[in-house]
Amino acid sequence: MMDVYVDLSQLGKIFPTPKGPLCVVKDFNLKIREGQFVCLIGHSGCGKSTVLAMLAGLQDVSEGVLVLAGREVNDPGPDRGVVFQSPCLLPWFSVLKNVLLGVEQVCPDKTNAQREAIARHYLELVGLGDDLHKMPRELSQGMCQRVGIARAFALNPKMLLLDEPFGMLDSITRVQLQQELVQLWESDRKTVLMVTHDVDEAVFLADRVVMMTQGPASRVGRVLNIDLPRPRHREAVLDQPRFYELRGQLIEFLETQNCAPREEPPRQEPAAICALPQSARQI
Amino acid sequence: MFGFLCVLGLWQISCHTWAQNLPTPAKTWEMSRLYITDPFAKRGEMDQGILRFTWNSLVLVTKGYLIALLIGTPLGFILGSSRGFAKTFDPLIQMLKPISPLAWLPLGLVLFQKTTPSAIFTIAICSMWPTVLNTAIGVRNVPQDYLNVGRVLRFSRKKMLFKILLPAALPYMFTGYRLSLGIAWLVIVAAEMLTGAPGIGGFLWQEYNSLIYEHIILSIITIGLIGFLLDWMMQAVERRMGAALS
Repeated sequence: MMDVYVDLSQLGKIFPTPKGPLCVVKDFNLKIREGQFVCLIGHSGCGKSTVLAMLAGLQDVSEGVLVLAGREVNDPGPDRGVVFQSPCLLPWFSVLKNVLLGVEQVCPDKTNAQREAIARHYLELVGLGDDLHKMPRELSQGMCQRVGIARAFALNPKMLLLDEPFGMLDSITRVQLQQELVQLWESDRKTVLMVTHDVDEAVFLADRVVMMTQGPASRVGRVLNIDLPRPRHREAVLDQPRFYELRGQLIEFLETQNCAPREEPPRQEPAAICALPQSARQI
Repeated sequence: MFGFLCVLGLWQISCHTWAQNLPTPAKTWEMSRLYITDPFAKRGEMDQGILRFTWNSLVLVTKGYLIALLIGTPLGFILGSSRGFAKTFDPLIQMLKPISPLAWLPLGLVLFQKTTPSAIFTIAICSMWPTVLNTAIGVRNVPQDYLNVGRVLRFSRKKMLFKILLPAALPYMFTGYRLSLGIAWLVIVAAEMLTGAPGIGGFLWQEYNSLIYEHIILSIITIGLIGFLLDWMMQAVERRMGAALS
């Protein structure tokens, strides 16, 4: 019997719109084991970010139940470290202070020096040891996102929620950060749910890739186990034929989703719902 | 500079054509010299150097302005963060906003019986509204992303206010503060005219009654210059604030 750490059962999200209620996600079932890295993939607007936002507690659950480590989730909290698509650093605080803010919330009993040591440690892990006292506006987007990742890891959360964390980065920085994330994760083995629409990214990072069907009322379409060995290094992974097999299966699924006849006429992209401001990368 | 020369020329021409009562620029300078060259002199209650008058007025304005900020900022915060509150009080504020200082002053006199507090009251109540409205807009426009950071970290209300809402709304608030200061300075003249306080506005009104028209022009120019300086100062602060937070 597999011990379930995160349990999403019969999850649904309905948004009220001027044209009547819009069901974005319906009957979404997913179980995640502790220490597993799961990627959620699907077309833009299919509701993957909505699932993540519900797990983060930033959006209310319309139907179903969300359980994390035996506790029902219905509000946000620092036991789930969230990395947003845009880094969301507070521009009036230094890099260190941005990370420290979170550490202060989760370790109120520690001394200031201890908390600062934690924040420094994670910032050094993402390669920002020399930029502790810079302000966010002095950093590139990639560096900002590194701070965002450090902030989430420094909380020592039960699980990490990554909402297309590399979506707004250029491809070189993205590849770099993927490698750093994999290393950071392999040393820490937190439970991760990451939303992405980049097939390569999903296969490279995840233990399991969960594919969502085309919305509205989207749910889990297929789950693919990624049996690539760890630790993973980008060059080594790209040399394996298995990588391309898995990648092919993913793309095949996504393509069938794209062409599948829909039950309802195409709807307007609810931009506010899925928050995908950047032009969606076509896979 | 050319603009000033044009006005000076027009002024000179006007004195000799349609406005016979208007003192010429040269005459104005002649009569005002004492007040400008010895700006801090005190020869009598209503006969002081121009900067001394200005200082008196500035003290009064500062008092009223600070009261406006102290009341207006929290009011703006409440208005910005509570939709229900905004719906209830927005019409009221829109109604209070256009009331002239000349209308408030008599009410202040009734309420406080004395001239100085009623002048301060008038300045405060007239200059409060830009602060209230801009603070409310600032709070309403705090990006959801920043609020989410606070929610994920489960900030207390106090932390949310001081670590996120306040810094995020600060640039808007400072725009409000600048506009409020402009209005406070605008109101001082009206307030002093009616109360006869020894400030720049009181001086202006007294010299009108004493038929020394040169000093009216001196006062007007001083008021304009000081207003310009105040705005310039606030703009500098505002710009630095904006640069630090963007």
